[in-house]
Amino acid sequence: MSEAAHPAIDTAATIEALRKRYEELKAAGDSAAPRALPPPTEAGAAPLADKDIIHRETIPGGWYATFTIAAGHGLRLVNTSGTGGVSLFAWNARDTSERYNSADTVKIQWTAELRKGRVLFSDMGRVLFSIVEDTTGAHDTIVGGSTPASNLRKYGRADLRSTRENMLLAAAKHGLGLRDLAPVISFFAPVAVGEDGALGWRDGVVKAGDFVDLRAELDLIVAVSNCPHPLAPDTAFDPGPVEAILHRLPMPAADDLCRTATAEARRGFENNAAYALA
Amino acid sequence: MNQRANFSALPVALDPAKAVYDFTIPANQPWTGIVRRGQVLRIVDVEGQQAVDTLFYALADTSERYSAQDTILEQGAPYVTTGTRLISNIGNVLATVIADTCGRHDTSAGACSCEANTVRFGHHTKYMHACRENFIVAMSRHGMTKRDIVPNINFFMNVPIEPDGKLAIVDGVSRPGDHVDILAAMDVICAISNCPQVNNPCNGFNPTPVRVMIFDPAIA
Repeated sequence: MSEAAHPAIDTAATIEALRKRYEELKAAGDSAAPRALPPPTEAGAAPLADKDIIHRETIPGGWYATFTIAAGHGLRLVNTSGTGGVSLFAWNARDTSERYNSADTVKIQWTAELRKGRVLFSDMGRVLFSIVEDTTGAHDTIVGGSTPASNLRKYGRADLRSTRENMLLAAAKHGLGLRDLAPVISFFAPVAVGEDGALGWRDGVVKAGDFVDLRAELDLIVAVSNCPHPLAPDTAFDPGPVEAILHRLPMPAADDLCRTATAEARRGFENNAAYALA
Repeated sequence: MNQRANFSALPVALDPAKAVYDFTIPANQPWTGIVRRGQVLRIVDVEGQQAVDTLFYALADTSERYSAQDTILEQGAPYVTTGTRLISNIGNVLATVIADTCGRHDTSAGACSCEANTVRFGHHTKYMHACRENFIVAMSRHGMTKRDIVPNINFFMNVPIEPDGKLAIVDGVSRPGDHVDILAAMDVICAISNCPQVNNPCNGFNPTPVRVMIFDPAIA
């Protein structure tokens, strides 16, 4: 914290040079991403062969499941019932102090619109998951998941199952607790932020059969909660099941979309590669 | 969730001369302090355009801490301003923003870290001071570690989320002397990183000091 560690930045020229470099980076980020990202996965595309399936589990409405996933394997979440929101949190299995970071995920990629081609970052500048297939392109990591308070407001009852408590239960099954939890990501949750900053929900976006395929980029512990998003339009708590499928994926190609879509993703994967060697 | 009613009779103006605590956090540095239930924490952006990364923890049990998602959900909007109730990870009100001369503060973009900086700005920025370094050092005084750091409030930082989801840290909107007043609804530890980031406009590319004051309405 000495002066030498923080040289004074007091000249207009220095400020101007820093600003110019930032604006160049931002322009590159803004223009590169939309050009590189494909449309959502078509319904029925990317079928899984039986030989590639490692484990499959039906998560009943309101419940949670946890998995450990080896780097390179996929987690497919299939929204068989068309429920409005399935929440996820993840930790690095090797060091659970490293975990999903919603803020870094949106900040690094200059967007809260997470869809096929995007990645989910940990708090350590590494990629936890790549979104390799995605039929909805409508996921939320700003608002997150349901809580007893949101259930009380929405359904009139605080004692229903919630993502808050599901995540605590899931964490506990790996020896983790409240201190190990942080904001989650909810898939199949088309939250809209209006011009005025008001939050809304885009109806008609989530369909039964929607799925997202996440490729683990580190060895992970994952928690999945099948509770409706607090902004989803359901008025009676009755979520349907979702299917979680662990499966093998081919090795990513050199031009893999998620690894090359943006300069930020490339640098994140450079950090993953250095960590894998360490 | 009923604490708000208990604090309806608030002083409309706080006299800086009557602060029970008054400290200027130098540029780039961390700070922690305890704000008791009913006390008001004022954070002043002394020179303007300075991001103040801020977290709150329940003093009685620090596993209860600020939750950006609970706060956004409770409010129905993704920014912090006057009237925003800062909600904990178990749904309690930690504090309420009762005054804000600036108008809008981010709580989606979190704190900078050496590691995230490598991804955002290039590997050459790894060895530059960052907010998480501040938080780790400051919070160690209260028995907390990196594990306890969660996405925070960025007072005086402007990160608009556009309808298409696009998000960028744009120039700070705060002017010299802008401040927020935060009324504690329970005894809390406040941890601040006076943000040292010079790779984006959150500090006008020129980090500056911020002032923290604590008022006790019983004697203010």
